[in-house]
Amino acid sequence: MTPDTDTPQNLESIGSAEEHLDQPARKGRAWKRFRRNPLAVVGLIMVAGFVLIATLAPVLTELPRSCLRDLELTAANQHDYRNPVKPVFWKAIFAPPKSCFTIARVSFSTQPADAATTKTVLGTTSGGYDIFYGLVWGTRTAFKVGLIVVGIAFAIGIIIGSLSGYIGGVFDNLVMRFTDIVISLPSLVVALVVVMVLGKSIENIMLAIAVTAWPSYARLMRGEVLRIKEEEYVAGARAIGRRPLGIIGRHVLPNAIGPIVIVASLDIGSIVLTAAALSFLGLGAEIGYADWGQMISFARDWILGPPGKPFYFWYVSFWPGLIILLFVLAWNLLGDAFRDVLDPQSK
Amino acid sequence: MLVFIVRRLLLLPVVFVGVTLAIVLLMQLLTPYQRAAAYVQSEQQIRNIDSIIVQYGLTDPWYKQYGRWIGEVVKGNLGYSRTAREPVLTTLGKRFPVTLELAILAILPVIGVGVAMGTAAALNRDKPIDQFARVASIVGWSLPTFVLGIWLLVIFYGWLGWFQPGRISDAIRISTGPNSGFVNYTRMLLVDSLLNKRLDVFWDALIHMVLPVITLSVVQSAQIMRVMRSSLLDALGRDYVRTARAKGLPEHVVTHKHARRNALIPVITLSGFVLIGLINGVVITETIFNYPGLGQWAAASAVNLDYASVLGFAVFTAMMVVLANLLVDILYGVVDPRIRYE
Repeated sequence: MTPDTDTPQNLESIGSAEEHLDQPARKGRAWKRFRRNPLAVVGLIMVAGFVLIATLAPVLTELPRSCLRDLELTAANQHDYRNPVKPVFWKAIFAPPKSCFTIARVSFSTQPADAATTKTVLGTTSGGYDIFYGLVWGTRTAFKVGLIVVGIAFAIGIIIGSLSGYIGGVFDNLVMRFTDIVISLPSLVVALVVVMVLGKSIENIMLAIAVTAWPSYARLMRGEVLRIKEEEYVAGARAIGRRPLGIIGRHVLPNAIGPIVIVASLDIGSIVLTAAALSFLGLGAEIGYADWGQMISFARDWILGPPGKPFYFWYVSFWPGLIILLFVLAWNLLGDAFRDVLDPQSK
Repeated sequence: MLVFIVRRLLLLPVVFVGVTLAIVLLMQLLTPYQRAAAYVQSEQQIRNIDSIIVQYGLTDPWYKQYGRWIGEVVKGNLGYSRTAREPVLTTLGKRFPVTLELAILAILPVIGVGVAMGTAAALNRDKPIDQFARVASIVGWSLPTFVLGIWLLVIFYGWLGWFQPGRISDAIRISTGPNSGFVNYTRMLLVDSLLNKRLDVFWDALIHMVLPVITLSVVQSAQIMRVMRSSLLDALGRDYVRTARAKGLPEHVVTHKHARRNALIPVITLSGFVLIGLINGVVITETIFNYPGLGQWAAASAVNLDYASVLGFAVFTAMMVVLANLLVDILYGVVDPRIRYE
């Protein structure tokens, strides 16, 4: 994955020259390394594609009646949300009412139906939920879940890690042992307990995953703080009498946070995966909420077609499965490439 | 060594208290009425819910509730599982061997395939086999367990009809039921069937395990492969490998005896995480394949809001993880003599 390290003209620049490169030059090299990696570029394009789908969700789908009503659209002007000149277009994209996240229902049929019969893009699940609508708006849910969970876990990790690293001693020891325990608990089991106790909802799923996601960031942060604590400018700040919290906030955090932001954001794929797994088990969002895991759990009773036609309802489990796979794959491809860039030693 | 093991075993009660305390505190967020639901067994009791709250002291401060609960646990009473309709402890005893059997069978391909593919990829760096292994590992790693499980079920059960969900066929179940003379020594069917000299049962149980084992192992072996590849590449660049080559040792001795043995150390570190991944995977896999182990019970209990069961499962899992990590640490020393237990 790192062809440039093998070529002779690059070999000489790896050693001492690297240290003399100034910041922009090093960034340029990292970008070059990243660009040369075909899998990384594929990952980047895929993530961009998902961002596009999520953003353009109102334009891509036929909005259901409740959503149109909440957007204050009537039968006469109901397609205004596809017209960029009208303000409702921007409202639908940036501040859609909650009802738009309710999957459009084509019918109330107990059986799934294919695309041709229902005149939908990908067919419907049992209950007449439009698969295409659920997947497109589910992309928004996926990003929302991913970003919020990363945000919460990141905040907890940063606070605990920096305090632990800066204060040190017994406090550090206790906090790190606690972190060890949390990190060794299976995330799905913890999430199972939390969601069961707090109740089924997308918010509680996010909380449940954040509870298990923070320790790795706390460890990273602690390591960075321990390293930066020894720097001269921190000693200087202490010498002029700054308080520890001030030092952490002004000097340590800004210098430590960069790599952790990247590591954390690359976890979005696996976070969405855990959320989908919970939904699949029946601990997810309320029925009808656009969420990939729920789409798969709709499929659970319709995995097999009638006798003799095993693939009769294939679209019910195939499309949601494929979308989740592609989403996780995209983030993993990106993550893999970033780890290569961040750690030139890795092969 | 002994001191090390004892000290690590002392961690068990700490984890136990930590995990249970966290759960009990979390449950304080519920109203006493909701907590009482964990004890309700019938319609009759719902009408007398206030008396249940008084009976179990659910309005007491949390530390009293916790103390009472711990007292029960020490006596061996983990509560009653509404989902399994029997005491939680009984269910744990019945279902753990089922899951353990599945997990042991899954670990073999995880380690075997992962290490073999990782080795092949590292020894053929940048050749087609390496490229293939890397793409396969990243796709395998990204495959959600539930998606893979469902797709396998559609193809191999629905379409080809080779395998079935469940643990055992109905006919075989009847022939091994009570009064059939079939003795459950370990409750692990593969072992028990051999001890009972019933090859038909052995074969049937094995066939039923194929799909769950594949589902469980794909994701984890991809992870092992990645680590094996990069750590072997790292080892191959070390001085001792150059020395071994300079001595004129045959190439396969250099790669297998010198480089690979050292490259295995990070893989062993990872195996602790593989176990966690397997526990997560078991909950989903057993649910998809209707396999009557701990995971299926835990998932069903959580959906049923069966607090006692999920609590029991969570505590049991946490204990298992601590024990397994201890095992991993001991294994470390076997592979890497440089490691000292202090």
